[in-house]
Amino acid sequence: MENKELDKLIIDDTLYTTRLSARYKGKKPYAPVDPGAVMSFIPGTIVTILVSEGASVNAGDELIVLEAMKMKNMVKSPVTGKISKINVKSGDRVTKGMLLIEIR
Amino acid sequence: MALEKKIRELKEKREKMLLGGGEEAIEKQKAMGKNTARERILAILDEGSFSEYDMFVTHDARDFGMEKKHLPSDGVIIGTGTVQGNPVAIFAQDFTVAGGSLGLMHSRKITKIMDHALKMRIPLIGINDSGGARIQEGVNSLAGYGEIFFRNTISSGVIPQISVILGPCAGGAVYSPALTDFVFVVENISKMFITGPEVIKTVLGEEISMEDLGGARVHCEVTGNAHFYAVNEEECFGQIKKLISLIPRNNGVKAQACEVKAPDPSYDIEKIVPGDPTLPYDVKDVIRAITDGSDFFEIQAMWAKNMVIGFGRMGGHTVGFVANQPLEMAGVLDVDSSDKAARFIRYCDAFNIPIVTLVDLPGYLPGIDQEHAGVIRHGAKVLYAYSEATVPKLTVILRKAYGGGYIAMSSRHLRADFVFAWPAAEIAVMGPEGAANIIFRKEITTAENPDEMRRQKVEEYKEKFANPYVAASRGYVDSVIEPSETRKLLLHALEISADKDVQMPQKKHGLPPF
Repeated sequence: MENKELDKLIIDDTLYTTRLSARYKGKKPYAPVDPGAVMSFIPGTIVTILVSEGASVNAGDELIVLEAMKMKNMVKSPVTGKISKINVKSGDRVTKGMLLIEIR
Repeated sequence: MALEKKIRELKEKREKMLLGGGEEAIEKQKAMGKNTARERILAILDEGSFSEYDMFVTHDARDFGMEKKHLPSDGVIIGTGTVQGNPVAIFAQDFTVAGGSLGLMHSRKITKIMDHALKMRIPLIGINDSGGARIQEGVNSLAGYGEIFFRNTISSGVIPQISVILGPCAGGAVYSPALTDFVFVVENISKMFITGPEVIKTVLGEEISMEDLGGARVHCEVTGNAHFYAVNEEECFGQIKKLISLIPRNNGVKAQACEVKAPDPSYDIEKIVPGDPTLPYDVKDVIRAITDGSDFFEIQAMWAKNMVIGFGRMGGHTVGFVANQPLEMAGVLDVDSSDKAARFIRYCDAFNIPIVTLVDLPGYLPGIDQEHAGVIRHGAKVLYAYSEATVPKLTVILRKAYGGGYIAMSSRHLRADFVFAWPAAEIAVMGPEGAANIIFRKEITTAENPDEMRRQKVEEYKEKFANPYVAASRGYVDSVIEPSETRKLLLHALEISADKDVQMPQKKHGLPPF
């Protein structure tokens, strides 16, 4: 048995000698979701920003119009709080999962 | 005399058709390392066996300048023939004619041969090489695809359906292969995706090459959409012929039997599995130690490698193998390996192929990644597939069979017909280390020397539970056997299961967790 690719994997307190899959080695560490972090759910372009830093918002309030897939998508506030930071401006192209607005 | 002239005329017409899109287009095809449609058909089928139909079909589209376009055979070749004596129906899209695009008549030819295949109960081989829908024919192209998908579904489980991706297969077109049983891909030639790189760039701003998005490797290693990988078309044709020789021509008959060959004696079955249950080995060596001629035709070798599936022969008959692979990810069950096993089990069940399961796994892969990917839903597919299968199911527990993994891997409880266990089998709720830490937690934490106590308790657990005899005492294992007896006992079990007849309760169909 060639040993060069063999690694270790622990299942139920037992250490196994085996090869690890690319998927397993490449998995991202889990980070709990911050409820006040408004992330882009799809790559697209920022059309309009409807709030400003410091403003108070309620859950469900409209925050940003994000154009993607030929639709003007309305990004709404997930929580009630104060806008602490806006990281984008109108015309910006965003990728999926970008932090657009932070609410405290 | 007039007949002679007519015959000459026919030959001339045929010659023209055989050129497809013309010399220039053929050269372009060859430059990409691709064969022409007819070359592919002739390479797969037995020499002289090909009977072509609808060679003279033409389109009658009139929009967008189509009336001026002459498309030989409307860009697809259909016919029947034999592969190593087995009758098959076949179609091959002709990329040299309008990019092999699908229009109404093109699709009618394909559905015609699909109807023949189902009626005559013979396998269907589809060679995909097409730019997609013929935009000029509009909705007729969509209708064409729809009619193909419907037939793929209706024929599913009745006749084997094989898709060979020898060019682009994009957009809606790619759903036909997805609905078939086995997909063959070739390096640098196969391309499969729903939306291509250009669209992805425009709409989503993400950049990726065609090969990285949906090339042969991607579908063999990442998506699990493909089953067989070849470096060139010739290798692919060999794989297709091998597969056809192993599977039955329809679900009403068994696969053709072959002369019985003994396994290669260089596979010493007693020397393959290490005594230490945490050390790996290649389970394919065990498979080869028991199959006829040590032949094993592996399926999806590059994806979910912790599960091995494929066909071998035992006693001359085709058998489907499902085996945990300790060499990869300790042979755990996870999302992808569950999908891989479940689909293959159902394939064997649909086509009267007995299933031999080799068990050696520590359980399911733990982790947030797996849980959020739906290991619950996917894992359930294996339980469903084994329970529902009524073909002979034989199980050999080689080493570890812990917890849920023991149940899922063709246990007696899922109605395996015969369950054998090797003497080193450990059939238990979990491994000794894990179990001792839970059951004897109090004793260990309150002991003077916890490490020593733990070591003792692990030994105790190992002694009492990490063996096949507790399960054997309940009849959950039919027989504890020596590894060297494995092939003989499986051959016997297969022989007496040959006419197995089990009925499921009447229902339209169950609801496997898709």
